[in-house]
Amino acid sequence: MEIFLDYLWVFLIGGLVCAFGELLIITTNITSARILVTFVLIGVFLEAVGLYDYISDFAKAGINVPIVGFGASLAKGAIGAVKTHGFLGIFTGGLTATAGGIAAAIGFAFLFALIFKSHTKK
Amino acid sequence: MEDKKRNEAYNKYIKAKIPKTKPWPSLFNSFWVGGLICVIGQGINDFYLWVFPNISQQTGWSLTLITLIFIAAFLTGIGVYDQIGKFAGGGSIVPITGFSNSITSPSIEFKSEGIIYGICVKMFTIAGPVIVFGVASSMVVGLIYWIISLF
Amino acid sequence: MKTGQKTENSFESKQTIRLKNQPKIIGSYAIVGPKEGKGNFADFFDYVMKNDFFGEKTFEKAERKMLESAITGVIQNAKLQPKDVDLMIAGDLLNQIISSSYAARAFQFPFLGLYGACSTMAESLAIGAVLVDGGFYQNIVCCTGSHFSTAERQYRFPLELGNQRPPTSQWTVTGAGASIVSLQGDGPKITTVTFGKVVDWGINDVNNMGGAMAPAARDTMLAHFRNTKTGPDDYDLIVTGDLGKLGSEILIDLMEDEGITLGMNYCDCGQTYFRRDQKTLCGASGAGCCATVFNSYIIKKLNEGEYHKVLFMPTGALLSTTSSQQGDTIPCVCHAIVVEK
Repeated sequence: MEIFLDYLWVFLIGGLVCAFGELLIITTNITSARILVTFVLIGVFLEAVGLYDYISDFAKAGINVPIVGFGASLAKGAIGAVKTHGFLGIFTGGLTATAGGIAAAIGFAFLFALIFKSHTKK
Repeated sequence: MEDKKRNEAYNKYIKAKIPKTKPWPSLFNSFWVGGLICVIGQGINDFYLWVFPNISQQTGWSLTLITLIFIAAFLTGIGVYDQIGKFAGGGSIVPITGFSNSITSPSIEFKSEGIIYGICVKMFTIAGPVIVFGVASSMVVGLIYWIISLF
Repeated sequence: MKTGQKTENSFESKQTIRLKNQPKIIGSYAIVGPKEGKGNFADFFDYVMKNDFFGEKTFEKAERKMLESAITGVIQNAKLQPKDVDLMIAGDLLNQIISSSYAARAFQFPFLGLYGACSTMAESLAIGAVLVDGGFYQNIVCCTGSHFSTAERQYRFPLELGNQRPPTSQWTVTGAGASIVSLQGDGPKITTVTFGKVVDWGINDVNNMGGAMAPAARDTMLAHFRNTKTGPDDYDLIVTGDLGKLGSEILIDLMEDEGITLGMNYCDCGQTYFRRDQKTLCGASGAGCCATVFNSYIIKKLNEGEYHKVLFMPTGALLSTTSSQQGDTIPCVCHAIVVEK
């Protein structure tokens, strides 16, 4: 029963975050690049003020899977690295924490670009 | 001057004339598709934690995101992701899968211009700003924490 | 300086030209992609491609091949030989109009490249008709085309990106149309030509081309009616290019403000191009849109005698991605030709 409740939270919060993105698209007609940037900045902000961990505790994938989570890891990485490495952490922290995601995105994009060809929209 | 007035009036007229789409169906679609993607992510995460009980929370999430990125890149390659996007809008843009799609789609599209000038150069035409803004803002946050830590 | 002298074929304003010798459109040919081949004009096209690649490796090469086969087709349709063609006037939507130039390379005709965006078909026919009327050339090929996939990646986003199209957006037609203008032979006559001015009413939404282009159509239509002393009722059909659903409604409103009512004889190629269930939102657009409709449906109906006098006036949005990213508004143009049985 508890696991079901967990997944329900994930669904509801993830869905609401995405619906908020859609609302921005409908009302302001912005492009997907701007949507992604907006949500990354929201994530960075939430982590910087320390709110993110509270949300992530009960929302789990509902907030980690949206790109907000990507922004939060960038900020979290920077903060953590500053604590351990001092000044250098400002530069190394963000990318170190997100290296897996970025490398995966680049690597798989390159791989599939070599394999597949673009399809015309129907 | 008169032109300016006419243009303003015309823009106002156009704004009123543009067909209004009903927001609720598209909001609903992006809600449930977005929610579903997050649930799939949670499922993948729980699966990894079950198979490898010794890994940390952080590692589990990294593996989950990488898996989702892989799935989205593959769906982009076979031409399915743009159809999901057409239906779900924000529901498939906001999750990390949308980020993966925005890197894979220009790579595939510009393959015809070669590997270096096509795939590699155009890879970040859409997702570039995301990384630039993300990294730059994380540096700002790091800088603020560093200054605070001095006192 | 006014000389007070009027030549035989001049109107009040030099913007409209009457063609004394009435050059004829002796051949026409339209080739379209698979989606267009399922649209409302499906029965009229000469050739429907099986897929968008047309047997080529890239979409750009496919667009080029489409123009080439339209030209080959139109020469056959007019029962001519390639050596009979004196001049080729063509244009398309790609940067540096590469599709037209490469197609011209294949034929070795003297070549004039045009860019009038989606109005290119009327522009090329108008220039071709004027040159033939002046007796400078015998047979001129006029050709225009566009391809959904090449236009999409040049002006908008990669095909595989999962984004939604705004409700005012239009679907670029994959297709090419070609005509041959000549003094000898049979076919509908081009009698009057009005070249349009560039009109910009301050729209900068690149997803609302209809709204941006409607004022250009209004400007040319008013000039044409004024100069020729005609009205909408003098034509069996008044047809604009790709204003789309929204743009054509705007044009009707704008003309209403000027006291001119566009009735049942007005239609827009873009609005009527696709069936409703094909989900193209505001309709079709692109240089190929009016080019394929003109060279199939309109010419056939003129030849069959269903229409006697058609005012063909496609509009074009003369923007580039650079200008729109720099925040400029969209300048538009509209050229009109009158075609009579």
